[in-house]
Amino acid sequence: MTLANLNSLILTLVTFIPLAGALLLVLCPRRDRDIRILALVVTLLTFAVSLHLPAHFHRSQGGFQFEVSRQWITTPNIHYHMAVDGVSLWLVVLTTFLTPLCVLISWKSIDSRVKEFFILLLVLETALIGVFTSLDLFLFYFFWEATLIPMALLIGMYGHGRKVYAAVKFFLYTMIASVFMLAAILWLYAKTGSFDFTTLQSAISHGQVAGFLSAAPWLFLAFFIAFAVKVPLFPFHTWLPDAHVEAPTAGSVMLAGVLLKMGTYGMLRFNLGLFPEQARRNAPWIITLALVGIVYGALVALVQPNMKKLIAYSSISHLGFVVLGIFSFTQVGLDGAVFVMLAHGVSTGALFMLAGILYQRRHTYEIKDFGGLATPMPRYAAFFLFIVLASAGLPLLNGFVGEFLVLSGAFQARALYGIVAATGIIWSAGYLLWLYQRTFFGKITHQENQALPDLSGFETAALLPAAAAALLMGVAPLLWLNMIDPAVHTALLPFSDVLSKVAGQ
Amino acid sequence: MTPSLHLWLIPILPLVGAAINGLMGRRCSRHAVSGVAVAFSGAAFAMALWVASQISSLSLPHLELLSPWIRAGNFQADFAFFLDQLSLLMLLVVSGVGFLIHLYSIGYMWDDAGFSRFMSYLNLFMFFMLTLVLAGNYLLMFIGWEGVGLSSYLLIGFWFTKDSAASAGKKAFIVNRIGDFGFLIALFLLIKHFNTLNFAQLFEQIRPLQPEVAGAGLLTAIGLLLMVGAAGKSAQIPLYVWLPDAMEGPTPVSALIHAATMVTAGVYMVARSHLIFDRAPSALTVVAIIGTLTALFAATIGIAQTDIKKVLAYSTISQLGYMFMACGVAAYSAGVFHLMTHAFFKGLLFLAAGSVIHAVGGEQDMRRMGGLRKYIPWTFWTMTVATFAIAGFPPLAGFFSKDEILWKAYSSPHGSWVFWLIGVVTAFITSFYMFRLWFLTFFGEYRGAQPSSKAKLATEPAAHDSHAPDPHAHDNHGHGHGTPHESPMIMVLPLAILAVLSFVGGWVAIGGRFERFLAPVFDSGLTASVAESAAETGGSTETLLMGISIAAAVSGLFLAWFLYHRQPALPARIAASLGGVYTAVYNKYYVDDLYNTVFVKPLLKGSTTVLWHGVDQAAIDGTVNVAADSARHVSDSVRHMQSGNLRSYAGWVAAGAAAVIAYIIWAGVR
Repeated sequence: MTLANLNSLILTLVTFIPLAGALLLVLCPRRDRDIRILALVVTLLTFAVSLHLPAHFHRSQGGFQFEVSRQWITTPNIHYHMAVDGVSLWLVVLTTFLTPLCVLISWKSIDSRVKEFFILLLVLETALIGVFTSLDLFLFYFFWEATLIPMALLIGMYGHGRKVYAAVKFFLYTMIASVFMLAAILWLYAKTGSFDFTTLQSAISHGQVAGFLSAAPWLFLAFFIAFAVKVPLFPFHTWLPDAHVEAPTAGSVMLAGVLLKMGTYGMLRFNLGLFPEQARRNAPWIITLALVGIVYGALVALVQPNMKKLIAYSSISHLGFVVLGIFSFTQVGLDGAVFVMLAHGVSTGALFMLAGILYQRRHTYEIKDFGGLATPMPRYAAFFLFIVLASAGLPLLNGFVGEFLVLSGAFQARALYGIVAATGIIWSAGYLLWLYQRTFFGKITHQENQALPDLSGFETAALLPAAAAALLMGVAPLLWLNMIDPAVHTALLPFSDVLSKVAGQ
Repeated sequence: MTPSLHLWLIPILPLVGAAINGLMGRRCSRHAVSGVAVAFSGAAFAMALWVASQISSLSLPHLELLSPWIRAGNFQADFAFFLDQLSLLMLLVVSGVGFLIHLYSIGYMWDDAGFSRFMSYLNLFMFFMLTLVLAGNYLLMFIGWEGVGLSSYLLIGFWFTKDSAASAGKKAFIVNRIGDFGFLIALFLLIKHFNTLNFAQLFEQIRPLQPEVAGAGLLTAIGLLLMVGAAGKSAQIPLYVWLPDAMEGPTPVSALIHAATMVTAGVYMVARSHLIFDRAPSALTVVAIIGTLTALFAATIGIAQTDIKKVLAYSTISQLGYMFMACGVAAYSAGVFHLMTHAFFKGLLFLAAGSVIHAVGGEQDMRRMGGLRKYIPWTFWTMTVATFAIAGFPPLAGFFSKDEILWKAYSSPHGSWVFWLIGVVTAFITSFYMFRLWFLTFFGEYRGAQPSSKAKLATEPAAHDSHAPDPHAHDNHGHGHGTPHESPMIMVLPLAILAVLSFVGGWVAIGGRFERFLAPVFDSGLTASVAESAAETGGSTETLLMGISIAAAVSGLFLAWFLYHRQPALPARIAASLGGVYTAVYNKYYVDDLYNTVFVKPLLKGSTTVLWHGVDQAAIDGTVNVAADSARHVSDSVRHMQSGNLRSYAGWVAAGAAAVIAYIIWAGVR
C-alpha cells in the first residue's frame, strides 16, 4: 500500500479500529482475562496506528490533512468527510493514548460485567475520535451524541454511590444543551444545503448565506451553549463534580481527559471557525465567565473534603484557562489553550487514576480517611507528587507551558485578564499541596492505612506513560507546538479580517 | 568566535546525580549514594572552576544556545545560557558552598532512614539553582526559580511524618507562589512591550531608554513586580513569613538553601535586572525601603528567639534586607559582595549550629546549651569566626561587605542618611543577638544534661510551640545524650574551609577590586554612576562612618557579654519589665497570626459557605433542580420518560436521532 493510500485511509482506521474491537468483544466468550487482553491489544493497536498521524503530518501546513471525503448519503447531503489539523490531531492522539491506560487501570478494579465494560469503553473511544476527526457537521453531531450513551452507561452501571442520579444528570445536562447545537446545524443546512464544515465556512465568510446576519448571534449562542456545558464553563458546571465522584476510574479519566475537551475543541473549531465576528462580540462576557471559573473552581476545590471532587473542581479551573486562551484571539493564547487541553488530559487523567488506586484499596475518596500514606506507599506517593506538580504548573512539566502561554496571550489581549487568571498559580499550589499534605504527610491516623500495598504492576504500567508524557511535554513542548502553531495561525486567519473590521467600525 | 564552554553541563551534572540516587539510591549502600551525590556536585564545582580559569580568553557576556524550548507565534524562549562576571561569581558561590554542604550532609544525615532521598533532593536543588544562575533568559531563570522552590518544599518537609515540617514546606511553596505571581506579571509586561525574555536582546532594548523620573511608568511597574517575586524568594517584608518556619528542615538544608544560596536568588534577580531598576528610581526606592525595614524588623525578632536555628533564620532575613538595601541604592556590586560573604559566614553559622545540635543530641533550645566550647572546640572556633564576621569586626569578611553597603547607602545618589542610620542600628542589634547566641551556646555551664535545668528555663518565657528536637536519629549510632561530642571529620572539614573563607573572603574587595570586577555588568548606561558620586563625597566621611559601624559591632558584643555572661539573670528581668513589648517581639509581632486571621481563614470559610454551599449547591444546582422538578410536574403525562432508567433514556436518544434523520430526509427531498 502506498503512503498516499494509507494517508487517506488512516483516519478511518484510527476511528473505527476500537469499534471493530468492540464487535470482536461482543463475539468473544465471557472469559474475563481474554476480554481484558483483547481490549488492551485493540487500544494499543489504535494508539500505534494513530502515531502515523504526527509522524506523517506536514508540520509547516496549517490546514487539514489526511483528508477523506466521500458522499455518504445524497439526500440529505451528508459526506463522510474526515480530516485533522494540528489541533485535532493531538486530541486524537490524546484519546488513543489515554484509552489503553484506562484498560490497565480497570484491569483489577472492574470485576463484574467485564465484557460490557470494555465494549462500552471501546465504543466511547470511537465516538470521541470521531468527534475530533469529523468535518461534516452531521457526522460530528452523530459522534458528539454517540459519546453520551457509553459514558452515561459507564457511570450508571459501574459507578458507585448515587451513580444513577449522576449518570442522568450528566446525560440530561449535556443532552439538552446539545439540542440547541442541533437546531443551529439544521438551520445552516436548510439555508445552504450542506453539512460540510469547509463549505459552510467559505459560504459564510463570502456572505452567501441568506439571513445569516440576523441569525448569527443565535447560531453562535446555540453552538456555544452546547460546548459551554461540556467544558464545563461556569455556571454550567454542576454536573461535573457529581459525575466524577460516582464514575468508575476509567470513566473519570475519559471524562476529564477527553470529553471535556470536546467542548473547548468545539469552541475553537466552530464558534471561532464559523462565527468569527460573533466570537469577537461575545468575547468579553465569555472571558469573564472563564475568569470566574478559574478562580471559583480553584477556591471551591480548596475546600473539598472529597479527593475526586477536588480534582473535578480543579478541572473547572484549568478548563477556564483554555476558554480564556481561545477567546484571547492571540496566537500565543490559542497555542497555549490547545496545549493546556493536552496537558490537562494527561495530568488530570493521571490524577483520577491515582485517586482510583486509593479507592480500590480503601473504598473512600474522603481526604480525612487518609494521612501519612507516604510511609506505606512510597512509590505511589512519588507518582502522586509528580503529577500534582505537573498539574500545579511546575516548569519543565506539562502544565507550565500551556498556562504560561495562555496567561501571556490573555495579558496581551488585556492586562487585567492575565492578572486575574495568573492568581490561578497561587490557588492551584494551595489546593494541590494541601491535598497532598493531608493525604501523604504526617503520621498515619487510620489503622487500616498502616499496611496499604504500594503500586501493583498494572497500576505502575498505567501511571508510568502518563508521567513520562507529562515530563516530555514540559521539556520538549515544541514537538506539539510545532504542529499546533500553524493550525492556530490558520484558525485565526479569518479572524484578523474581522478584528480589523470591528476595529475599523 | 569564542569556543563553546558547554555550560549546560554544569546544571545537568547534579541532575544526573539526583536521578541516579532518586531512582536507585534505596537499593544502594550509603557509601555509593554519598559517592554519587558528592561526585556530581563536585563535578559541577570543578567545571565552574574550569570556566573561571577560562574567563580571560572569553568575551563576556558569553552566550550559549542549547536548543529551543517554547515557540508560539512570534514568542520564543530557549534553553540558553548566559555567562558574565555576575553569573560566574554566583556559579562559584553556589557550586562551591553547595559542594561543601554535600560533604557535611553525609556526616549529618548518615543515620537517617531517608539518606538517599535526601542526597537526591540536594542534587536536584543544585540543578535548579545552577539553572537559575546560568539562565540566558527570564523564562529559563523562572524554571530554576520555581525549581529551587520545589526543592525547598521537599527538603523543608523532609521529615514528613512531622506535621509541622509538612506544613512549613507547604507554606514556603505557597508564599513563594505569591511572589512568583508578581514575577510572572513582570514577564508578561516584558513580553508585551519588548517581545523577548532573552537577557541580551532585552537589555539591548532597555539600555537606550531614559529613566522614568516622573514616578510611575512601564519600567517602574516591571521593577516593582520583579521585587514582589524577589520578596517571596528572598524572604522580605511582607512575604518573609515562610523562612523561619523553613527551619523545620534538616540543618544542612537551612545552610544551603535557606541561608547561602536559594534565598539570595531574589538579590541576584534584582541585580541581573539592574538596567530596569536603574531607569525606575521609584522602584529602586521601594527596594531600598523594603530592604532596610526588613533588616531592622527581622533583627529585632532575632533578639528574643531561643531556638538557635530561629535566631539564624531571622538573622538571614535581616542580612538579605541589607543586600536589598544595597540594590535599592543602585549599589548592586555591594549587594552581591554581601551575598557572597554572607554565603560563607551564614552557611558556616548554620553548619556549626547543626554541629552543635548534633553534639547535644538534637536539642535546639539555647537555654539548654551553654559551656559547649570545651566539648566541641572545632565547632566553637569556626563558629566564633563566623560570629565575628557577621557582627562586622574587621578584618573579617562581613565587615568589608556590610561597611560597603552602609557607605553606599549613605553616599549613593539614590541613598539617604536614613538608610545608613537604620543600617547601623541594625548592625548593632545584629552584633548583640549573635553574641547572645555565642555566649548562651558556648559559655557558662552546660545546662542540657542536668534534670534540674528546668529552673534555669524559667529565665525566659517558655516557647509556645515547644520544638520537637531534630528527629535526627542519634540513638542509632550509640553515642548517647550525656556528654556533648565533636562531629566527625567530614562535618568538621567544611566548617574549617568556610571559616577560612569567612575570615579572608572580604579581602577581595580591598582597593575596590571586587567592584571593578563586576563593573562591566553593572554599567547602567546612564550618566551619573554610583561610584563617581561616592568618590565625590570623599574619604574622611567614609572613615568616620566606618568607625561608627565598628563601634556598633563592638558595643553589641559588649552588651551581649554583659547580659548573657556577666549578669545572666538580668535578661529575664528586663524581659519582664518590658511586658507587652517583649511578648510581641517574642511572638514575632503576631504577623503569622495576623495573616491567618485576615487572609487564610476568611478565604477557606468564604469558599466553603459562600462559594461551595451557597453558589454551587444552593443557587446553581437549586435552580437546575427546581427547573427539573417543575418540568416534571408540568409534564405529568410523560412522567415515565424520567424513569431514571438509562436504557430507556438511550432509547429516547435513539428515537430523537431517528426523528432528526427523518426531518433531514424530509428537508432534503422537499
